[in-house]
Amino acid sequence: MSAVLQSLVNQPYKHGFVTEIESDIAPKGLNEDTIRLISAKKNEPEWLLSFRLKAYQKWLTMTEPEWQNVHYPKIDFQAISYYSAPKPKKKLASMDEVDPELLRTFEKLGVPMHERAALAGVAVDVIFDSVSVATTYKQKLADVGIIFCSISEAVHTHPELIQKYLGTVVPVGDNYFAALNSAVFTDGSFCFIPKGVKCPMDLSTYFRINTEGSGQFERTLIIAEEDAAVSYLEGCTAPRFDTNQLHAAVVELVALDNADIKYSTVQNWYAGDENGIGGIYNFVTKRGLAKGRNSRISWTQVETGSAITWKYPSCILRGDNSVGEFYSVAVTNNYQQADTGTKMIHLGKNTRSTIVSKGISAGHSNSSYRGLVRIAPTAEGARNYSQCDSMLIGDQCGAHTFPYIQVHNNSAIVEHEASTSKIGEDQLFYFSQRGINAEEAVSMIINGFCKDVFQQLPMEFAVEATKLLSFKLEGSVG
Amino acid sequence: MIVNNSKTLLSVEGLRASINGTEILKGIDLTVKSGEIHAIMGLNGSGKSTLAKVLAGHSAYEITGGTIRFEDKDLLGLAPEERARSGLFLAFQYPIEIPGVANTQFLRLAYNTIQAQRGKEELDPLEFDDFVREKMKLLDMNPDFLDRSVNEGFSGGEKKRNEILQMALLEPKLSILDEMDSGLDIDALKTVANGVNQITNKDNATILVTHYQRLLDYVVPDFVHIMQSGSIVMTGGKELALELETRGYDWVTANKQSIAGAIA
Repeated sequence: MSAVLQSLVNQPYKHGFVTEIESDIAPKGLNEDTIRLISAKKNEPEWLLSFRLKAYQKWLTMTEPEWQNVHYPKIDFQAISYYSAPKPKKKLASMDEVDPELLRTFEKLGVPMHERAALAGVAVDVIFDSVSVATTYKQKLADVGIIFCSISEAVHTHPELIQKYLGTVVPVGDNYFAALNSAVFTDGSFCFIPKGVKCPMDLSTYFRINTEGSGQFERTLIIAEEDAAVSYLEGCTAPRFDTNQLHAAVVELVALDNADIKYSTVQNWYAGDENGIGGIYNFVTKRGLAKGRNSRISWTQVETGSAITWKYPSCILRGDNSVGEFYSVAVTNNYQQADTGTKMIHLGKNTRSTIVSKGISAGHSNSSYRGLVRIAPTAEGARNYSQCDSMLIGDQCGAHTFPYIQVHNNSAIVEHEASTSKIGEDQLFYFSQRGINAEEAVSMIINGFCKDVFQQLPMEFAVEATKLLSFKLEGSVG
Repeated sequence: MIVNNSKTLLSVEGLRASINGTEILKGIDLTVKSGEIHAIMGLNGSGKSTLAKVLAGHSAYEITGGTIRFEDKDLLGLAPEERARSGLFLAFQYPIEIPGVANTQFLRLAYNTIQAQRGKEELDPLEFDDFVREKMKLLDMNPDFLDRSVNEGFSGGEKKRNEILQMALLEPKLSILDEMDSGLDIDALKTVANGVNQITNKDNATILVTHYQRLLDYVVPDFVHIMQSGSIVMTGGKELALELETRGYDWVTANKQSIAGAIA
């Protein structure tokens, strides 16, 4: 049986290749000069440089967190290069001008840009190692007043919005990795949906780390004004490397009165090999502020990659009647480690939150759900429902649940359910007796297990996620 | 039914099997021909369910002796899914639940897998829906079965019907029904038995594994085998089951030598 389990777990990483594009790389190491270099390279205004420097000063006083249930050697922050950009000959106006080598990379990743954009009606803001290369559908969105561009571009074109919102949800000194990101972030996406506008299409960004040894520090800011709505998709893959790469992104969402932001992620960074060598450290701070009345922030994530995932997409429910949602599938295999979950901070009256977390562990991996539900004294009538399910494949892996519940208002109703199940011999025998092989069986069991989360994903993402999960767990049972 | 010119589907000789070092099957001989219905009866622990699982290829059991031939194949050399694709079907005593997976999705995957093996056309979801609804009428099943998660929250009777529905869909050559009557009330038993009777024909064969005679009133066997301590100790016609019902298993223990000898 365990041999059977093992064989399904061990599948080489499909996206392991390096694209040969000339990169503009900053020297390794972090100090004020590095930050000034990044800021200068990006021709940034003074206020942003001081934002970065303030974050850096804060970061120097902080220590790397150790409370999470993951283990890795100390990161040498001086051995990382903090800036890396493909060298574009000129500013690109359309997809046709994109480096063909880059396009081939997307082909390999199964992301045919033209088709995807055209067929699916998705505007894709492409991030290739930290710098946005091309932005599609911009005009169409601009017609309804939506701004969707790289954050470096927005710094120049809409400085008032960036200044107003950057760092308001995740302050520069929020945590160790957020502080680091605030100091050295290179690029990311900016999205602004003005009052009353429902974004006519899903907005999508594909992230990809490319230069070996370079850190990646994405910064994303999404604002939905009163009565606005947007669905944002983020997908990640990374090529195969033996040295660990740090990925410390920050995502901030702000929803004003009656606004609705749905943020979906499929994360498939390189997870390391079957012996736990290599892989991405994915230390991400994602937080949404449901600032206005009746606003809603919904996080959906499918986390399948990275050697280590440390990530808690959270909602601060400040507006009365605001709603926070967190739907998560986290798959770990081989020696992957994931400590992920959410925080639901209820401040406003009648605020509601839902947490559905599905953890799947195979191989020697460890997966932890860590979630905080806090009902503040002001949150009259608040409600939370949490459901945390774990599934184990094989007998070498672990699943852990760390729920933190803090209720400071007696009118609140907080529910927490948890379960653990195992794909066992008898289940697989049932499938095999119907002629179905182990891989298909596992795929079906897992997809059933994750259904509540996949239902939350936009259609094409759900299909991708389903395939990805089967792929990730191939060889773990059989 | 016992038919002339029938061909041998299953031939078990001297089969021995153990689990965790304990021998459960201690030399089983059994021949099943097309058209036949066999009943294997015995007390709990006699090894009858183990025999069913071993025939289907459950990996927990170690085969320590003997042979199993299924048509012209050496069954012991085949993985469970290959046995299934060759036309061997096991209706489970305790079918597993698969939360979140719609029954229709599971049934279609199983059906198409077998179809592909037979070189026949696979059905898309709409075609399959028509097809499966027709089969469900055999078992008087409510169509909402299709949308519910596989076996999740099913009553005992619903689970058994779902097993027989799979038998109807997959059209196996040899079906082994493990304790099909357990947990069924008399109406459900009749419905399920009626379904089985409509599926059986001169080209396929059925093995009923059961503790009680009750089922055999509705699915009438051509042969009855009684198992004790891992061996078949008596074989007879359908009247053997009635005899057993009247006299109890103690009678078997006391008389197995002489009766077995007489019947053989």
